[in-house]
Amino acid sequence: MTGMNLTLKIWRQAGPRAKGEMVTYPVTDISPDMSFLEMLDVLNEQLTARGEEPIAFDSDCREGICGMCGLMISGKAHGPEVTTTCQLHMRSFSDGDEITVEPWRADAFPVIKDLVVDREAFDRIIQAGGFISANTGAAPEAHSVPVPKPKADRSFMAAACIGCGACVAACPNASGMLFLGAKITHLGELPQGQPERDARVVAMVNQHDHEGFGGCTNIGECSLACPKEIPQDVINQLNLDLRRALTHGH
Amino acid sequence: MTQQTSGLIHGLYAEGDPIQDTKAPAGPIADRWNTRKFESALVNPANRRKLSVIIVGTGLAGGAAAATLGEAGYHVKSFCYQDSPRRAHSIAAQGGINAAKNYKEDGDSTFRLFYDTVKGGDYRSRESNVYRLAEVSANIIDQCVAQGVPFAREYGGLLDNRSFGGVQVSRTFYARGQTGQQLLIGAYQALERQVAAGTVEMYSRHEMLEVIVADGRARGIIARDLVTGEVETHLADVVVLATGGYGNVFFLSTNAMGSNVTATWRAHRKGAYFGNPCYTQIHPTCIPVAGEHQSKLTLMSESLRNDGRIWVPKRAEDCDKDPREIPEEDRDYYLERIYPSFGNLVPRDIASRAAKYVCDEGRGVGPKVGDFRRGVYLDFTDALRRMSKEAVAEKYGNLLDMYQRITGENPYEVPMRIYPAVHYTMGGLWVDYDLQSSIPGLFVAGEANFSDHGANRLGASALMQGLADGYFVLPNTIRDYLAKGPFEKLDDSHEAVVEAKASVDARIAKLLEINGDRTVDSFHRELGNIMWEYCGMERTEEGLLKAIDLIRALRDEFWRNVRVLGAADTLNQSLERAGRVADFLELGELMCIDALHRRESCGGHFRAESQTEDGEALRHDDEFAYVAAWEWGGDNGGAPILHKEDLVYEFVEMKQRSYK
Ligand SMILES: Cc1cc2nc3c(=O)[nH]c(=O)nc-3n(C[C@H](O)[C@H](O)[C@H](O)COP(=O)(O)OP(=O)(O)OC[C@H]3O[C@@H](n4cnc5c(N)ncnc54)[C@H](O)[C@@H]3O)c2cc1C
Ligand code: SF4
Ligand code: FES
Repeated sequence: MTGMNLTLKIWRQAGPRAKGEMVTYPVTDISPDMSFLEMLDVLNEQLTARGEEPIAFDSDCREGICGMCGLMISGKAHGPEVTTTCQLHMRSFSDGDEITVEPWRADAFPVIKDLVVDREAFDRIIQAGGFISANTGAAPEAHSVPVPKPKADRSFMAAACIGCGACVAACPNASGMLFLGAKITHLGELPQGQPERDARVVAMVNQHDHEGFGGCTNIGECSLACPKEIPQDVINQLNLDLRRALTHGH
Repeated sequence: MTQQTSGLIHGLYAEGDPIQDTKAPAGPIADRWNTRKFESALVNPANRRKLSVIIVGTGLAGGAAAATLGEAGYHVKSFCYQDSPRRAHSIAAQGGINAAKNYKEDGDSTFRLFYDTVKGGDYRSRESNVYRLAEVSANIIDQCVAQGVPFAREYGGLLDNRSFGGVQVSRTFYARGQTGQQLLIGAYQALERQVAAGTVEMYSRHEMLEVIVADGRARGIIARDLVTGEVETHLADVVVLATGGYGNVFFLSTNAMGSNVTATWRAHRKGAYFGNPCYTQIHPTCIPVAGEHQSKLTLMSESLRNDGRIWVPKRAEDCDKDPREIPEEDRDYYLERIYPSFGNLVPRDIASRAAKYVCDEGRGVGPKVGDFRRGVYLDFTDALRRMSKEAVAEKYGNLLDMYQRITGENPYEVPMRIYPAVHYTMGGLWVDYDLQSSIPGLFVAGEANFSDHGANRLGASALMQGLADGYFVLPNTIRDYLAKGPFEKLDDSHEAVVEAKASVDARIAKLLEINGDRTVDSFHRELGNIMWEYCGMERTEEGLLKAIDLIRALRDEFWRNVRVLGAADTLNQSLERAGRVADFLELGELMCIDALHRRESCGGHFRAESQTEDGEALRHDDEFAYVAAWEWGGDNGGAPILHKEDLVYEFVEMKQRSYK
């Protein structure tokens, strides 16, 4: 099989306060077996050889689980398939394609350089209450609290979120509600998560709003972009929990 | 016994004093950890806030330790190079975590887990440490469940277990194929809770580049803020490294792109002994290299070997044919042929080596990368016939989907291709029973230390070790050390601090200054090829000697000819990689020296000269039943110094394994 020739338009921005712009890079002989990030690696090797500074982008595990990678590819968060950017392969493109590559765009995720953004807002949302308070050593025997399988399964489904931020990037309001709803559901479905359930949802929602994420208007782009297919109904659960907490006087 | 060609092998190393004391208490093995905990001094809660702890790494080991020490009230500073502590490489573990809960009443016990781990490590680990690991394993599960880790459960609501890695009891807890992720998110949430409580200060996107050793104690680190490029000094009463494994010395491995040896290697250069660097685990079921562009390799759970059959064509001419058109009689199901009783389920190292041999013979399949096809078929055709497509999908669906996503081939129709890849490093910084390195005040946890797995790690036991170290062991042993503190106040003008900072600044400047012709990655790839060829699945004296020469030449060229563009005072990913590769270029040589000096085969270390008539690894317990703890030979190219820690087996009898 011969390689593809593509035209890449990539966002370059020297630093947080610098002005960015789209720069065009033709690439040739791209193997369909390459991942999207390997294609960028190849481009970076060529840029370095030419004496141009390589393009900064984030990735670590490159197997779709750490949540570090994330690019807007031709306007879609993580590109045309339901997966992470690192698991997107060039066979999803065709010879002659023009592909735009941009960072996540959201007020709460400021650009650091080129395609790299700051997502610490997500960590601060977790700090606000995305945990169960159980000091090391104080845990009861694991089998002392059985968890009905449907609840355990639903909790697990929500816990699959990798914190990549694609939901925010895909949302026209730049809302973080899918990420938030996933955590509320993960912990809220478990008996261990009940004591802090009301306080958790109020604190996390406040932090979310404080970080500058937008509100949810039920558009549903988040769920479509989510590489872990977190369903939109976790946002319903979030809203129910919030209402319940507020009626409990939180 | 392998013959030694000359003295201390070509003057490549020197031998120093043996290690006499590992600080493990004596007495019945089941009492040792309680004894140690009881003897460990206490720290008055009111004083804890005044004691500071630096923890580098937020994987299972570092994340758990930071959360626990924060809860106890110490002042913790936590570091990771990713943008969030939740992304540490522990997240990628798939299979599960062992614990001696005996929930299945199938005869498991603390002693059996201990026994299996010692045996699995091919009798090259320390009994006291392994026993403690088995002992605290049950508490780990309790702790994780309390944090809300969503382990797989049965219909009755209780936790499910499976058997893993060839053991005969079901003691592995799991969360579908995402066990590492769920455990890490548990530790991460506990850590973030402490950040909110003000006990932990989090420094993400920070890379540790040097350890500060002042007046004989580890007292801090030099770290680079990867966003601003600022080189910062952080001081504390004690330093913990939980920075993971060094498999990326092979360039291609199942590790994350950023996994590195820098933290532990810098500590090694400052006096911390490096234990058993040559012990590497190579995993047989990974997706093969697809081309020159390959940046990392992906593991597929070895559970696939339960139902898939492994084969290659009998004749090299058939290797580029469509496998479905190769008739049964022209296929070589080589594992079933050579190991009739274990067949496709032989241990990881045997399966890996056998795949290498058939490919070396020219019978590999898949695309040619270089001169060879490096792949063997893992065929589900029989399983599909026997079990129905639905049943196969139910059991292995997510793995088969992942394979299809990466290769573009449908495993329900075409046999999958697999090849071994570097997966885990059993070696690491040498630590005593307290997990303290040979530098006082420098503790090492998780994959970064050498401690519990001997020459080979059993499946589902790295997660167990990381969390055991982080939640239960370190918080107790560090307390004993901190009880002697707070230590004399240091400031940035102390000569050790000035020296450490200056050396980091100089190195960064040097890397940017060379401006040669070759990219960092090209050096890394070349090093990886050397390591894989000569210090990979099979090692020989001749090959290792050659590798050492090649690595030295490559290291020289690196420092003359590497090209790192961009500046020091901004995010600069080439600069980050350059520093890591520079350290891998030194580590690679020590790995080869260690592999060369260990003239026996054991666990993941296979010396071609030391095998049984059947081609099995042959240990030499009379000569090599010790931990090789290497001391840095000095900055002027001095040979590394070997310190031996004899391994004494009081509770488990040493046996030679056989899988025929
Ligand atoms: C694909 C895969 C599957 C696996 N599956 C299993 C399994 O099923 N069961 C099992 O038991 N084990 C498994 N393992 C092994 C296991 O996942 C690891 O050994 C274990 O998670 C390591 O944890 P850790 O805390 O020691 O280090 P890591 O999780 O690797 O964390 C290292 C930390 O150190 C930080 N760090 C590193 N260097 C620096 C530096 N210089 N400066 C600052 N920070 C630094 C990183 O940012 C990170 O936070 C698997 C491994 C892989 C690769
Ligand atoms: S909900 Fe989905 S898209 Fe959003 S952060 Fe989690 S995994 Fe990413
Ligand atoms: S790099 Fe880890 S999810 Fe893509």
